[in-house]
Amino acid sequence: MKRVAVEYFAVFREQAGTAGEQLDTEAATAGDLFVECARRHGFADPRERCKVAVNDELAPWEVALADGDQVLFFPPVAGG
Amino acid sequence: MQCRIETSPIDPEALKRSLGDVRAGAFVAFEGWVRDHNEGRAVTALHYEVHERLAIREGERILEEARARYEILEAACHHRAGDLALGEVAVWVGVVSRHRAAAFEACRYIIDEVKTRLPIWKKEFYVDGDSGWVNCAGCAAAHGAHGHTHAHEQA
Repeated sequence: MKRVAVEYFAVFREQAGTAGEQLDTEAATAGDLFVECARRHGFADPRERCKVAVNDELAPWEVALADGDQVLFFPPVAGG
Repeated sequence: MQCRIETSPIDPEALKRSLGDVRAGAFVAFEGWVRDHNEGRAVTALHYEVHERLAIREGERILEEARARYEILEAACHHRAGDLALGEVAVWVGVVSRHRAAAFEACRYIIDEVKTRLPIWKKEFYVDGDSGWVNCAGCAAAHGAHGHTHAHEQA
């Protein structure tokens, strides 16, 4: 079990009802944690269209999580 | 190679002057404007949410990629954050090069990458008082059905 700090942006923040939370999780990767959070908060966007940043760097979904990591979940972007 | 997030109106003339270079024979710019409709709905205003630190870092990575791919001298990208009115400049990309082909191609490359890679989210506000995040699966499904599966913040 590890503890991570998760932050949500845009529609994810609205759907989660919070900008962030501390989570105790068994998730091995950022992708696993996303699935966990998406199920709990009802995120509708498929993971392939979303992005994750771990400790201030955009990261692949396969990146392994460690205790104390900061994880940012980004819904599909729409700049321009 | 500068990418910046702006919270006040973008001044294209000033940005153009900042790229001035006597070696350059070409300057190409792209401006994205806030328009009054999207996917059949009348839009009254926009809000951009930006993760500034990661947006700047990814934007500058894109500018460096453009420099590696095309024969350009300088390039810059400025994107707005916060509340925008119709007609405002939401994003500005400028490129200078010795010859025009590289500037056109690099400008197109930069704006296309910026739209899909920067952590920026656009919320549209509609005439009927509703609002929704662009590219959000839940929002699109809800709007297509003229109903709502989740709550939207109101303006």
